[in-house]
Amino acid sequence: MPKGTVLVDEERCKGCGLCIAACPQKVLGFSGRLNRSGYDVACMERPESCLGCAFCALTCPDVAIEVYREKVAS
Amino acid sequence: MSVSVERMVKVFERPRSLTGAHSTYCPGCHHGILTRIIGQTIDDLGIVERTVGIAPVGCAVFAYRWYRCDALQVAHGRASAVATGVKRARPDLVVFAYQGDGDFASIGTAESIHAANRGENITVIFVNNQVYGMTGGEMAPTTLVGQKTTTTPDGRDPALFGYPIRFSEMIAQLEAPVYVTRQALFDTKRIQETTKAIRKAFTNQVERKGYSLVEVLATCPTNWHMKPVEANRHVAEVVTKVFPLGDLVNRG
Ligand SMILES: Cc1ncc(C[n+]2csc(CCOP(=O)(O)OP(=O)(O)O)c2C)c(N)n1
Ligand code: SF4
Repeated sequence: MPKGTVLVDEERCKGCGLCIAACPQKVLGFSGRLNRSGYDVACMERPESCLGCAFCALTCPDVAIEVYREKVAS
Repeated sequence: MSVSVERMVKVFERPRSLTGAHSTYCPGCHHGILTRIIGQTIDDLGIVERTVGIAPVGCAVFAYRWYRCDALQVAHGRASAVATGVKRARPDLVVFAYQGDGDFASIGTAESIHAANRGENITVIFVNNQVYGMTGGEMAPTTLVGQKTTTTPDGRDPALFGYPIRFSEMIAQLEAPVYVTRQALFDTKRIQETTKAIRKAFTNQVERKGYSLVEVLATCPTNWHMKPVEANRHVAEVVTKVFPLGDLVNRG
C-alpha cells in the first residue's frame, strides 16, 4: 500500500468535520487548535494510516486540504 | 505542519480556476464542494479564459469572487435569462448560471423555465437545499412536507403551502433540454457522480448540444440546525426520498 499524507490549510479550515467523517482510514480528527476565525481545525491524528486516497479533500467545502502520495518505484 | 512531503507527489490540490479567496459559506455547507467541482471542471476542460459565471442572489451571491473566469452577479432569479443574453451575444463563450432553489425555482420560475424551453445552449447548476439560506432559513418551494423553517415554524403544511416542487421533473417534460439530472454531495461516491454530471453539462455546451441542468441536493447545516455530518445523513435518508437522484433527460 502506498503511503499518503495531507496538509490542512488551517486558516481555511472551518472545523466542519466532513473530512473526518469521509476518511475511510480514520486518520483525521479535531486538533483542539483554534484558527484566527475561532474554528477548531482538522489534523492528522493517525498519520501512519493515510493512503493518500484524497476522500477528505474531495469532501472539504473550503478546499483546505492538499494530498500527497509516496512515489511508487515503477 | 510536521509531515515531510519532500519525497511525495501531490495528488490533490486547489483547482487553478479558483481564486485564493476564502469562501463566505458556513462550515460544512455544500456550496463550497460545488464551487471546487466547478473550478475543477473548468480546469479539466481548459476553458477558464472563455468561461463566464452568472452568480445569483442567495448565499452564492459572491460566487464571482471564487473563480478566475469572468462573472456577473445578477438580479434575483434572473441568472438563466442573463446567461441567455451573454451566450447569444457571444456564442464562443462558455456560460454557466449558478442558482439556489429560491432563486431558480421561486422568484426566477418564469426565466428558468423559458430558458430551458428555448433550449438555450447554457449550463445551469441548481442548488436545492430546501430553504432560503441567505435570508435566514425561510420556506422555499422545495421545502419538505413537515419541515420546520422560520416561516413554517410548525412544519410545512401542504394545505396551506402546497408540496415541494420537483422543478427538474417539470423541466424534463420540455422537448428542448438535452441533459437534466439530479445529483447529491453527501458522500464521496456522490461527489464523484456530481463531478461527472457537471463535466457533462459543460461539455454539452462546448459541443453546442444545448441546455443542460444539474440539480444538486445540498445541505444548509445552519438553517437546518444540524451538524454538517448529520445534515449529510439527512440528505441521504430523507431528502432523496422526495427528490430521487439520477438522470431525467440524457439526449447527449
Ligand atoms: C428581488 C429580491 N427579492 C428578495 C430578495 C431577498 N433574498 C435574498 S436571498 C433570497 C433567497 C435565496 O435563497 P436560495 O436561492 O435558495 O439560495 P441559498 O441562499 O439557499 O443558497 C431572498 C428571497 C432579494 N435580494 N431580491
Ligand atoms: S446559510 Fe446555509 S446555504 Fe447559506 S452558506 Fe450557510 S449553510 Fe450554506
